[in-house]
Amino acid sequence: MNRIHRFHGGVHPPENKRQSVRTPIASAGIPPQLIVPLSQHIGAPAAPVVSPGDKVLKGQLIAEPQGLVSVPIHAPSSGEVVAVEDRLVPHISGHSAPCIVIDTDGRDAWIEHHGTPEFRALDDATLLECIRNAGIAGMGGAGFPSSVKLRVREGKTIDTLIINGTECEPYITADDVLMRERADAIVAGARILSHLTHPAETLIGIEDNKPESIEAMRAAIDGDDIRVVVFPTKYPSGGEKQLIEILTGKQVPSGGLPADVGVICQNVGTAAAVYDAVVRGRPLISRITTVTGEGVREPQNFEVLIGTPMSYLLAKAGYQEAASNRLIMGGPMMGFTVPDPAVPIIKTTNCLLAPTEAELPTPPPAQACIRCGMCATACPASLLPQQLFWFAQGKEYEKLEEHNLFDCIECGACSYVCPSHIPLVQYYRASKAEILQQRRDHAKAEHARQRFEARQERIEREEREKEAKRAARKQAAEAKVKGDSSDGEDPIQAAIERARAKKAAQQTQGAASQEDELASLEKAVVSARKRLDTANEKLAQAEKEGSDRVAALATGVEKTRAKLDNAEAALRAHAQRAGETTGQASGDTDAAQLAIEKARAARAADAQLSPGEKAKATLTSLEQRLEKSREKLAQRKAADDEAKIIEALESTVERLGEKVEQARKQLEVTEKA
Amino acid sequence: MSMLRLTSPHAHGPQSTPRVMQTVLLATVPGILVLTHFFGFGTLVNILWGSVVALTLESIALKIRGRPVGFYLKDCSALVTAFLLCIALPPYSPWWLIAVGIASAILLGKHFYGGLGYNPFNPAMVGYVVLLISFPVQMTSWAPPRGAGEVPGLIEALQACFLPAAYDGTTMATPLDILRQNESLLMEDLWAQSPVFGRWAGIGWEWVNIAFLAGGLWLLQRRIFTWHAPVAMLASIALLAAIFYDGGSSASGGSPLFHLLSGATMFGAFFIITDPVSSAVSVRGRLIYGALIGVLVYVIRVRGNYPDAVAFAVLIMNFAAPFIDYYTQPRTYGHKRAGPGS
Repeated sequence: MNRIHRFHGGVHPPENKRQSVRTPIASAGIPPQLIVPLSQHIGAPAAPVVSPGDKVLKGQLIAEPQGLVSVPIHAPSSGEVVAVEDRLVPHISGHSAPCIVIDTDGRDAWIEHHGTPEFRALDDATLLECIRNAGIAGMGGAGFPSSVKLRVREGKTIDTLIINGTECEPYITADDVLMRERADAIVAGARILSHLTHPAETLIGIEDNKPESIEAMRAAIDGDDIRVVVFPTKYPSGGEKQLIEILTGKQVPSGGLPADVGVICQNVGTAAAVYDAVVRGRPLISRITTVTGEGVREPQNFEVLIGTPMSYLLAKAGYQEAASNRLIMGGPMMGFTVPDPAVPIIKTTNCLLAPTEAELPTPPPAQACIRCGMCATACPASLLPQQLFWFAQGKEYEKLEEHNLFDCIECGACSYVCPSHIPLVQYYRASKAEILQQRRDHAKAEHARQRFEARQERIEREEREKEAKRAARKQAAEAKVKGDSSDGEDPIQAAIERARAKKAAQQTQGAASQEDELASLEKAVVSARKRLDTANEKLAQAEKEGSDRVAALATGVEKTRAKLDNAEAALRAHAQRAGETTGQASGDTDAAQLAIEKARAARAADAQLSPGEKAKATLTSLEQRLEKSREKLAQRKAADDEAKIIEALESTVERLGEKVEQARKQLEVTEKA
Repeated sequence: MSMLRLTSPHAHGPQSTPRVMQTVLLATVPGILVLTHFFGFGTLVNILWGSVVALTLESIALKIRGRPVGFYLKDCSALVTAFLLCIALPPYSPWWLIAVGIASAILLGKHFYGGLGYNPFNPAMVGYVVLLISFPVQMTSWAPPRGAGEVPGLIEALQACFLPAAYDGTTMATPLDILRQNESLLMEDLWAQSPVFGRWAGIGWEWVNIAFLAGGLWLLQRRIFTWHAPVAMLASIALLAAIFYDGGSSASGGSPLFHLLSGATMFGAFFIITDPVSSAVSVRGRLIYGALIGVLVYVIRVRGNYPDAVAFAVLIMNFAAPFIDYYTQPRTYGHKRAGPGS
């Protein structure tokens, strides 16, 4: 029997779990429309591989992962993709984000898929690939890509694999019912995870308020390779760091990972999803979600397709819209309110809580902090929340970091106990965001400074080199004069030769520069016309809307027109001059007219470009720029230039790369649209 | 439909600041009852008049500072200050003494620093010390306890408060005074000679202390504060008393039990030093804070020149509380060492 360790602090909020476990897991069915966000996990959003109009089958890949920390997304049911667009998503920010919208056909037809019941035959890399390809991200709520977490770094060994069945948040019973009804899948998943990470022991941690789950899991294990460890109920025992401390007595170092102390922790839902992926070949397209709160008549657990609108699921549980004034995704301690019941269920939606005002009252105005220290007693990270609050109010960021603000796990225990109802966690979140923003700004400024210094140095060096060359030439010339006179050749003749050669060179160069100038003038005309067109459009728009900016816009149009006239005049003058010098006096006005026509045509062509073509053009030009910078970088590197310059160039290449990436995405989006 | 947007946590525990304050008020009741039994209605009249003055001044101060009066009055902190100060004052104090004390506590001790939560000193003790320094005669006149003298009735108590010129009450030295001034008698003889001594300490005083201890234990059980500071204070007083008991000789400082049950020991340990705003907050900090108050209380009682020492000891340690807190920060999860910046 394992020893149970204690962690500091914690609270005992009313559990409210019983109401949603009276009935077995129900199927939520297939909603008419599925809204599948591209970002349901921590890391880069997936990139869509389907377009509107495409028919998809259940389980078909519809979005690919981008980069290492990302997971793919699969069609939760069969049907037709009707849009790839921004929709409201369940995110703490309340923002919209890109989603793939699928109109289901009701057939729920699977794509061909097959699993590997003999998973022990697979090597680690294949297993990890399989988990990643199934789109599995932490099901406990955080949504971190599981394959990344499961990759044991070389030289590291895992002592303990923890399967987290704690579910310490009040109200939520998704893991509880999963353990009761699908214990076999969890145990099989745990064995796969254990096969992958080779731990010395595999533990399943469950709070003592779930006797049925404990029973079911013990029965399903049927062996001694995995042990169920039961510990007293206390919030937040299910926090990864807290659970690790309870089961192993070890603390994850600040800023480190559980693997640093030889532990990997996975949620029971994740274990079941891994089993589905490896043994049955099914990607993660559905999950178990608790629908509860006094705002629903029949609180219960549903097996629900990812992308199902919350309103659809709520209706199944008898949602009384009038009774509930907010909708929480997650539990009452760490969940966040969603802006609209139309947002979809995602891979991390373990609970929908629709409380009544009496059940979870709106917090009263905060009173003064009396430094009672109840928050410090409750804090599972052993922080001093009242001190952090003090510093957060005064925006003393250094002090906040000194008091380990970033070790706060935002569990909400401090706010829960605060007798003055101070929204402490909110203060910490805001301060963390501000500190991170400051760090980013600082890095940006540092980057800009480095670039500037590198440029200054380059200019100075070039100047020095020129100076040195000039001096060398002068010396050489002087030496030659001396030498020439001694050789007896005619220095005057030589000087005349040189002057001739120079003039010839100048002439050819002059022609070239004239062409350049012509091109740039043409460009100026094109852009001026473009600006004029845009200004005109804006003016028309403003007039239509009766905006009070009409007058300002009209002057703007006038100014732009004047600029265009100037540019055209300059171009005309240049063309004339060119004609004169090249001797085409007869066609000079024509040439000017021609140039202007050319410029106008170019603008017209530009205006007619479809957004797709435009995006393509942008992409091409960006790619050219990227290519050029790369060449430059290679040259510099070959020349073994100063580190600073190379660094600056490298960052330029990086940025251009990002821009190209963006342009490419833009292009994809417009093409799909 | 408009959905309410709030950040987590959405649930809140049952505790609230007004409730904390009301619990503290309730916990003083046994002590007040015992005080009334032994010393008459003086303390009750103190508390009644003090509460009226405190609520009035609190309202005025809030009004002047532009704060919502009703909202802040509800936190009951002014009432707590009034109760604590009026319990500490001698019974049968004149109305103006109480008013000056309450004004010092509420205005000087609290609102001048920015109101509740921002006061570095315990407001009630600020009021007490202002009075002790300004009006030493009134502040050291304690009525004799039932059993050692006549206890005035309610009418006399009201008269003492509101018509102090017409009131002529008897006073008597407290057991702490008698012990300090004793230079020749063995403890045993002193006990036999003076009528103010009871079984372990002064008549009445021992029961007053036991009553406040009971109220304090109830607050502990209600988790209004943690045990650290009170236990540390009582332990250090008992320890010092034991060391300097000297076998009950004429140079004895008094027995540990005498000190634990005399003066404001229990009242101070459970109602004064546990004031969260002005005390240390970390667990180790509270142990140090309480223990040092205990040391100061003993030293001032036995060697100092004042009737009791809790007020001075608390104010002195209030100064040190931020300093103690700074060096007793707990070790954060995942950190190797405790303390700032680790």
